[in-house]
Amino acid sequence: MKLDKSLIYMIGFLVGILIASPWLPQWILFIITLAGANGLVVLGLMLFMRLGLVSFGQALFFCAGAYTTGMLCLLLKVTDLFVLLLASGIVAGFLAYLLGFLLAKYRAIFFGLLSLAFSMILYGVLVKSEKLGSTDGFTVSGLTIFGWTPETTQMKIVLYGITVLSVIVALLFVNMILKSPRGLLLTAIRDNEIRAEYMGASAKSTIHLIYIIAGVLSGVGGAIAAMVSGHIDPNMTFWTSSGEFVFIAILGGIGSVSAPFVGALIFGAIQTIAYGYSPNTWQMTIGICLIVVILLLPEGLWSLVEKMRKKSRV
Amino acid sequence: MSNIILTANNLNKTFGAVTAAVKINVEVEEGACIGLIGTNGAGKTTFVNMITGYLKPDTGSINFNGMDITLLPPRKITQLGICRSFQIPQLYNTMTTLENLEVSYGIIALQESKGALTTNTNAIIPSFGKSIRELALDSIAKYGLTDYQDQITKVLPGGVRKVLDIAMAMSTRPKILFLDEPTSGVSAEEKFDMMDMIMGVIRNSGTTVLFVEHDMEVVMRYAQRVLAFYEGAIIADNHPDIALKDERVLKFIVGHSQAQHVLSEKSDA
Repeated sequence: MKLDKSLIYMIGFLVGILIASPWLPQWILFIITLAGANGLVVLGLMLFMRLGLVSFGQALFFCAGAYTTGMLCLLLKVTDLFVLLLASGIVAGFLAYLLGFLLAKYRAIFFGLLSLAFSMILYGVLVKSEKLGSTDGFTVSGLTIFGWTPETTQMKIVLYGITVLSVIVALLFVNMILKSPRGLLLTAIRDNEIRAEYMGASAKSTIHLIYIIAGVLSGVGGAIAAMVSGHIDPNMTFWTSSGEFVFIAILGGIGSVSAPFVGALIFGAIQTIAYGYSPNTWQMTIGICLIVVILLLPEGLWSLVEKMRKKSRV
Repeated sequence: MSNIILTANNLNKTFGAVTAAVKINVEVEEGACIGLIGTNGAGKTTFVNMITGYLKPDTGSINFNGMDITLLPPRKITQLGICRSFQIPQLYNTMTTLENLEVSYGIIALQESKGALTTNTNAIIPSFGKSIRELALDSIAKYGLTDYQDQITKVLPGGVRKVLDIAMAMSTRPKILFLDEPTSGVSAEEKFDMMDMIMGVIRNSGTTVLFVEHDMEVVMRYAQRVLAFYEGAIIADNHPDIALKDERVLKFIVGHSQAQHVLSEKSDA
């Protein structure tokens, strides 16, 4: 399998942070871990964008993953990190498999808004579920790894390690898809779906497959977010959460599998700094950043990397 | 006796008050080269669209190799062995010429691997015995597209887009190929060179071909049989020399002077 240099750099960066993690301030580790969780969701969105689709409801699967982790901990006392990650991915993937039968029939704004509608239905259900804490949500705690319960500081490093592992697996998997005929087919369907169908391809089943893959990635991202923040609530599936993922996708661009993680890291940094300086108006800073990116870098931050590459070739 | 591979039985199609197909009955022999002629709106493309699955006939049936394909979607019909090119070339416009062909062979690779996620562009397609990249490069050489290999298709000249459109359709190794106005938008100087090259490749592969065409010189040169359409119905089905002398064809489609010109050119040649 051919690996881009950028992918190798991204993996190197994540592993480098892991090695340095015992000496890093915990807030930095927290931001990077959360960026990894968000990046997984956005990686799925990137696949949609390659198809010419935008999902405004990807937070549905993010939340489904988080609540699977939370409910397994709370109700069944399952606390192993790997089991929780696996279960969250499977539940979110299965949910995507079911919804995909309907969603794969729609295109453009209908696809986006239908996905949003499903995420808001889950929001409504969770808000009305008093056993799950209603709008307050509930705490996720007592996590273990192979029977070992790490201390708070150790747990942060362990969680970061698991995030790095998940991100690397996701990067290699999505990279494999994009380098395969199916990856080319995504762009072909975006460019000319009718022609792809006339060549014998099924756009519907391709979209359904990508929907499931994006669902699994989002579910794992949601599980990590639940573990890292130690708390889950219905806001995880609120439309603003989906909006944040779309924002990160636009910020990073779709030029490389590494772009969503670059976007997520920068989003995390902007959000933290903006919130630090102006807790009540940080959204305004995010909005201004979005306008700047759309005006100056319509293909996202990754287009800067592409430009630098072209210059170095010349 | 030739083997009949495609049969259209009593096809009818209307769009509101417009009648697009009336009692179309056609049998296509394996290996035939058939020209479909008629004025704009005569029903040629409707006929092609019904056979290739884009439109469903209101009544009637279509049989291909003994199988009823009337209600099948285009992709299933393509998988069975009927493919088409388009009047306006349908390409993947943000991709290069090579990538357009790689997608075509990639779709076949995915079908043969039953959609496996691990299939890559270097994998050998069992039925071809070559990789996707090798097959795409072979096609590029065969159809004279080498100079345009790495160009984005959006900026290709009209004639090259036509050739690529046909090369993509041929990549599916169809048993029947429909060409919708292959020479429209191609200059008078280039059209015969282009058609000679394309028809050469198609005939060498043993593919049955039906082509929609307004240029009677092209029809006379390549077609062994002509189906003449008028107001949704077939008004003549014969050898070109005979069809172009048919009174109704002369009256509604070709015109006496053009028919005489084309027939005399052919006899001179």
